[in-house]
Amino acid sequence: MHADAQSLAGEPVDARAPETPYPTARPYMHPYLAGFGLGLVLLAAFVIMGRGLGASGAFSSLVAVGADAIAPAHARANGFYAEYLGDGTSNPLMDWLVFEVLGVFAGGFLSGILAGRIRTGVERGPSISKGMRLFYAFVGGGLMGIGAKLARGCTSGQALTGGAMLNVGSWAFMMCVFAGAYATAYFIRRQWQ
Amino acid sequence: MNAPFYKFGLFGDNMSLIVAFFIGIGFGFFLERAGFGNARKLAAQFYFKDLTVFKVMFTAIITAMLGLFYLSWMGLVDLSLVYLTPTYLLPQIAGGIILGVGFVVGGYCPGTSCVAVSTGKLDGVMYLLGVIAGIVVFGELYPFLGGFYTATPMGQITLPQLLNVPYGLVVFLVSLMAVGGFAGATWVEKRMASRKGVQPS
Repeated sequence: MHADAQSLAGEPVDARAPETPYPTARPYMHPYLAGFGLGLVLLAAFVIMGRGLGASGAFSSLVAVGADAIAPAHARANGFYAEYLGDGTSNPLMDWLVFEVLGVFAGGFLSGILAGRIRTGVERGPSISKGMRLFYAFVGGGLMGIGAKLARGCTSGQALTGGAMLNVGSWAFMMCVFAGAYATAYFIRRQWQ
Repeated sequence: MNAPFYKFGLFGDNMSLIVAFFIGIGFGFFLERAGFGNARKLAAQFYFKDLTVFKVMFTAIITAMLGLFYLSWMGLVDLSLVYLTPTYLLPQIAGGIILGVGFVVGGYCPGTSCVAVSTGKLDGVMYLLGVIAGIVVFGELYPFLGGFYTATPMGQITLPQLLNVPYGLVVFLVSLMAVGGFAGATWVEKRMASRKGVQPS
């Protein structure tokens, strides 16, 4: 099973990375089947709610609430935070995306436990230290946070949702995501290979 | 059937949060199933080794796009009530490039990092902390970025509207493009596999 999962990932089993062994892990789902499932979930969101999926928005609500707790006057004067805080009549955390993201954590856990893939570790290539990988993860997350806010959404809210709705801005965004990632890949290849 | 159900008042705001949680479960479940809780699998996309990201993403887009198209064509879904994010071209281009760099440096995107966290990946935790830090940076810079953030507004606009061609034609062409892309992706994966051992640098 372990060998299957690794060959699906297209990567050689590497003895130096202690993270690799998944003794009981099942292989991942076929990409087209997983994509079809994901597409049906997105379609369900369109049909039931009249909106698509998202992820980064939930963290914006969290940040806005944090800013409001630390420096209320500062947060309310900032147009970005203020939008997530609302008019004060409702709790900004009682938000659709916040609950959806809680579900994402739960759904990921459910799938992981059913497939025997829950285990603590750091995903990294064979030639980078744990510390450096964690540093890169933080920096990459930071760039993602800035980029997602500038673009009004991330891979979920723009690429998936807007992609399926043929949204002009989402398609421009999606092309730029791939362009940015492919242009950078060479320079940080030691992290992954 | 009058859809979207929520917009037609079939249920209220409290119920919508429960719906959100269950839709999120489905989203997270399939992200993890696809292998997207693993940064190495995600990053492999950008080294042409494993194009699962492309395949899953476009299968999902095509599925939802075709579903929405046919349901609206049959009159079951009122498309005007499905929220379309307004386009601001320049900030979205800049944001996309920054996000793409963040994707390959960090190994995740926000949604997939949640799945990484719930399956125990410490790099996923660091990544999410980074996302939160990035949003704080954006929030604090917002008063200075405001002008650029709202630059080049194009309103709520779709590709068929922009190109002034029928909705169905664009749906057909995107589907065709995806099928071609899938064939191309599989071809690239096979070529890369046959070069095993050679560093693609």
